[in-house]
Amino acid sequence: MSRVTRFAPLALLLLVIVALIWRLVTPSDNNVTSKLEGKPVPAFDLAAALPTKPTISSAELATGKPRLLNIFASWCVPCVSEVKVLQALRADGVAIDGIAIRDRSQDVADFLARNGDPYERIGSDPQSLVQISLGSSGVPESFVIDGKGIIRYQHIGPIKTSDMALILTKLEQAK
Amino acid sequence: MIAEAGLAALWLAAGLAALQFVLMVLALRSPIDVCRAMRGVAVVQGALTLISFAMLLIVFARSDMSVALVFENSHSAKPFIYKVAGTWGNHEGSMLLWVTVLSVAGAFFALLSKRAGERTAIAALGAQAALALGFYAFLLIASNPFARLFPAPPDGRGLNPLLQDPGLAFHPPTLYLGYVGLSVAFSLAVGALLTGEVDAKLARAMRPWVLGAWLLLTLGITAGSYWAYYELGWGGYWFWDPVENASLMPWLAATALLHSINVLAARGALKAWTMMLAVIAFSMSMVGTFLVRSGVLTSVHAFAIDPERGTFLLALLGIYVGAAFVLFAVRGATLREGASFELVSRETGLVINNLLLSVILGIVFLGTLYPLFVEAVSGEKLSVGAPYFNAVAGPLALILTVLVGVGPLLSWRRERRSRLKTLTIPALIGATALAITVILWPGMNILPRLGLMVAAYLLVAGTLPLVARNPLRAPLATWGMVVAHLGIAVALAGMAANAAFTSERLAVISPGESLTLGPWTVQLETVEPAAGPNYTAIEGKLRATRGSGLTMLRPQTRYFSDPPTETNEAAIETFWNGQLYTVIGKADTAGGWQVRLWWKPFVTLIWTGGALIAFGGALALVGRAWRSRRRTSGGWRKERYA
Repeated sequence: MSRVTRFAPLALLLLVIVALIWRLVTPSDNNVTSKLEGKPVPAFDLAAALPTKPTISSAELATGKPRLLNIFASWCVPCVSEVKVLQALRADGVAIDGIAIRDRSQDVADFLARNGDPYERIGSDPQSLVQISLGSSGVPESFVIDGKGIIRYQHIGPIKTSDMALILTKLEQAK
Repeated sequence: MIAEAGLAALWLAAGLAALQFVLMVLALRSPIDVCRAMRGVAVVQGALTLISFAMLLIVFARSDMSVALVFENSHSAKPFIYKVAGTWGNHEGSMLLWVTVLSVAGAFFALLSKRAGERTAIAALGAQAALALGFYAFLLIASNPFARLFPAPPDGRGLNPLLQDPGLAFHPPTLYLGYVGLSVAFSLAVGALLTGEVDAKLARAMRPWVLGAWLLLTLGITAGSYWAYYELGWGGYWFWDPVENASLMPWLAATALLHSINVLAARGALKAWTMMLAVIAFSMSMVGTFLVRSGVLTSVHAFAIDPERGTFLLALLGIYVGAAFVLFAVRGATLREGASFELVSRETGLVINNLLLSVILGIVFLGTLYPLFVEAVSGEKLSVGAPYFNAVAGPLALILTVLVGVGPLLSWRRERRSRLKTLTIPALIGATALAITVILWPGMNILPRLGLMVAAYLLVAGTLPLVARNPLRAPLATWGMVVAHLGIAVALAGMAANAAFTSERLAVISPGESLTLGPWTVQLETVEPAAGPNYTAIEGKLRATRGSGLTMLRPQTRYFSDPPTETNEAAIETFWNGQLYTVIGKADTAGGWQVRLWWKPFVTLIWTGGALIAFGGALALVGRAWRSRRRTSGGWRKERYA
């Protein structure tokens, strides 16, 4: 066996390792960005989730000021911890609307009574139809919507305390 | 206490591995007799990792949320089987499983393998300890599976719902057994390179490990392919995803190794090549683990992704594979090739087999890493998809499959009484199959057409090694080879049928409307919400009719809340001549639903073939073990290497 063949595997290994190190040092950007960002909220008109609270429609989202639209459900475990963060946002003056996904009125009422209620208006989406048209696949998810009813930011998963600054910045940018 | 016991066992095992390695160095430098002590150390080390893994199983089964790993990957509402599977459905747990299999394999090697020379066995045990040592360090320093959380949270965060499937309970452990089984072959190769004892004896010591690992890899890949097929809802069985390639690459190397070992065992030839393959096979296991765990490549399988751990794994990869390659480069020159052979002989057949397999391995390896190289050099992002792999590897795989029918008919060293004439019949059958496809389906693509032809040919050619002799007196290993080769024919037939005959419909229909597809008429009856133990779902009720036959299918879209994820649960009905595969997708605002239908004639042959290949491996393993036992207990028949 010649010296070249004997050392070829070693050389190949080194080449591969160098490439892999490069990738480890400069990881590629795999963040999913929503295709709906920059587009108006798709048209919808929902029934109220609670008799005591007004509902929302897409037309009413363009109120001239940025708002947060939150998709939640009483059966969703991460939504429980998210409500606390939403209340803190509300205390900071953020207007928040909710869409309850595949939920019952009584369950929503119990959920809000137990965990707190940050919402101004709540619509009910019993078959996920609006959720799907919004390009959302799970609960919770949130959308920052500017004064003209255009989606500026989509947040997938619960908003954590550490995400508050980000959400406030996005709302500020949407003005 | 359980978690602490697990951690303690892991530390002890790591200490023993260090001892085992030191003993090896001492034994190879001076003639001290440490062999027995080393075997003992290896066995205790294996037992300790097993205990450690059992402790992790217990904390997962009990949903002990005070253990950080359980909190992050489990949930009290999860079905019990997924709590158990959650043990290895995460980074730390799967690495613990990895090192457990590694050191238990080492323990079994210490107990069972008396066939390798004593010095080589010592060196191999030392190499195995060195491998284990790196992974112990990895676990204990970078990813302790037993770390506690204080205060304990009330409930856990769940598990990736894509992975909540019975497939997960068996698929990764099977693959790991295969991956790590190859570690013994690696250690034996390193040991033999150190002592210079590369001979038929070594090949026979190595063979059961390669055979066992290969058979488990085959099973794991087959199961994984079926799992991807029904769980992802995409209707395909192989996507050339980096994670899939990660298991295919060691399999290709192990398949080549399995065949070249036979040459070494029977004829003492192909020494350097076989050692190289043994090193490469396990290296591919490590590369696979690295690719899956580091997030270096983008894949549909989102696993634990962490560059820091990636660095650690890459360092281990560099050290082990690098050391083995250096050893190979230095000692390879001293290896003398064994007996010579003529151009037309079993040896040549196996060399061609090895070359083709290696080229296919190279194609897969290059295709998997190519996007990385391109981005490193030009900054341009690209992906290499199924078209490349199918177009480049497909024809080579077909040529290889043709030769699978030829190789076993050749004699060792040189052709005397040629049995190649018997190939006339299978060749005629293949030609007939080709003619039938041309007449019945003139529009069929070339690759599936050739696939059906070769499958028909091999289905007959594969049995020839048994036909020539009395099948009942043929060794079990020969039976194993025949069954495995027939499995290739069956799997190939399934793949070709899938490529040629699948019909697909995607349409938005409202309840009451129907679609036709192949022989089927499928009506969407209703779409209703449904609920499972830890998810809610939308379930479509589909009424499929064919002639007077009626089948109800209920595909679902599932929404898991914790973490929030959506999965498609395909409904699949199996018939003798194919599968009806249905998926319900999103709704449009007008009340229609996306419905996706596939009619896949004979698709199940793919996995039947995979199972047959593995079964052939099992027969060969049992046959070899049985024969070697008879041989060591004063066997009555003279040793034959047919």
